[in-house]
Amino acid sequence: MLPFPSAEKESHPFSTGIQAGLSIAIGYLPIAFTYGLLAKSSGLSLVETVGMSVIVFAGASQYIALSMIGAGTGAFEIIITAFIMNIRHLLMSASLNERMKDDAKWIKAIYGFLITDETFSVAATRTEKKLTSAFMLGLGLIAYGSWVVNSGVGYLIGAGLPATIQNGMAVALYAMFIGLLIPSAKKSRKVIALAGTAALLNSLFSLYEPLAGGWGIILSTLISSVGIEFFVKEEKVHGK
Amino acid sequence: MENNLLWMIAGMGVVTYLPRVLPLVLINTNRIPPRLQRILSNVPFAILGALIFPGILHINGDSMWFGLLGACVAGLTAYLNWNIILVVLSSVAALSICSFFMG
Repeated sequence: MLPFPSAEKESHPFSTGIQAGLSIAIGYLPIAFTYGLLAKSSGLSLVETVGMSVIVFAGASQYIALSMIGAGTGAFEIIITAFIMNIRHLLMSASLNERMKDDAKWIKAIYGFLITDETFSVAATRTEKKLTSAFMLGLGLIAYGSWVVNSGVGYLIGAGLPATIQNGMAVALYAMFIGLLIPSAKKSRKVIALAGTAALLNSLFSLYEPLAGGWGIILSTLISSVGIEFFVKEEKVHGK
Repeated sequence: MENNLLWMIAGMGVVTYLPRVLPLVLINTNRIPPRLQRILSNVPFAILGALIFPGILHINGDSMWFGLLGACVAGLTAYLNWNIILVVLSSVAALSICSFFMG
């Protein structure tokens, strides 16, 4: 067990991580819930549905797997698609590596599993200069717990939720991304340029079928991150 | 469990895990040139932009105004320094109400 923080001291990084991950846990609720519901209608068993969330832990890939299973696509094509969609995590993992305090490789191998678009975004927009493994574990585990549990809940009681709330909940994760971006954008024009360029490029790429999804995000992120670096050299994006 | 599905889930597990973990365990941070370090520190903000657009415009199959409204509510509440959980909940609430009245 991790030691509990004493009353006067700053809270333990693990609990800080859990607090930072609460917004992700809430954001995952409707997505995981809907995934569970769809998995049931695709003919998966409860064990397969929750098992996929436990082992894969990648929302978009799991959704696409369901629709490909429904279309009768083979396992190999589904695995290749999941791979292409998740290559972007190479960029996130490499970027996060810069911010993390050094630690044993096996610990990195554990919290590495917990990297998603959302846990990465929350971690990367923190104002601390360096992040600890305990923080990442707290952040990742609350998100992972929400994902796994709500997949099962969605499978079991999915159809019961009112449609209007289901419609509204579709915006949850995007709202979180915006909520993470704005505070940094207020402080730095470079952040606005980075996000704006990537958003514009990805919108253009999405019109071209082969780049829609995984590759478009990777390309637009790379072009924006590299390109802006040559225009704006002096400004640092992380405070402190 | 159906055998084929079991292998598919295991395979998906491997190909989603490797990109997450390889850079963390293989890259030695101290050996990265400063310019590459700055580029890597740009990545989070670029990725956020690419994750939000155009995805948010497609959350409702019928109209992209639905997503734009959600973006405005989230943008405004975040600009006013609301807690991130309130940012998420207020834009979900706004769109739920909107969806209720649109039928």
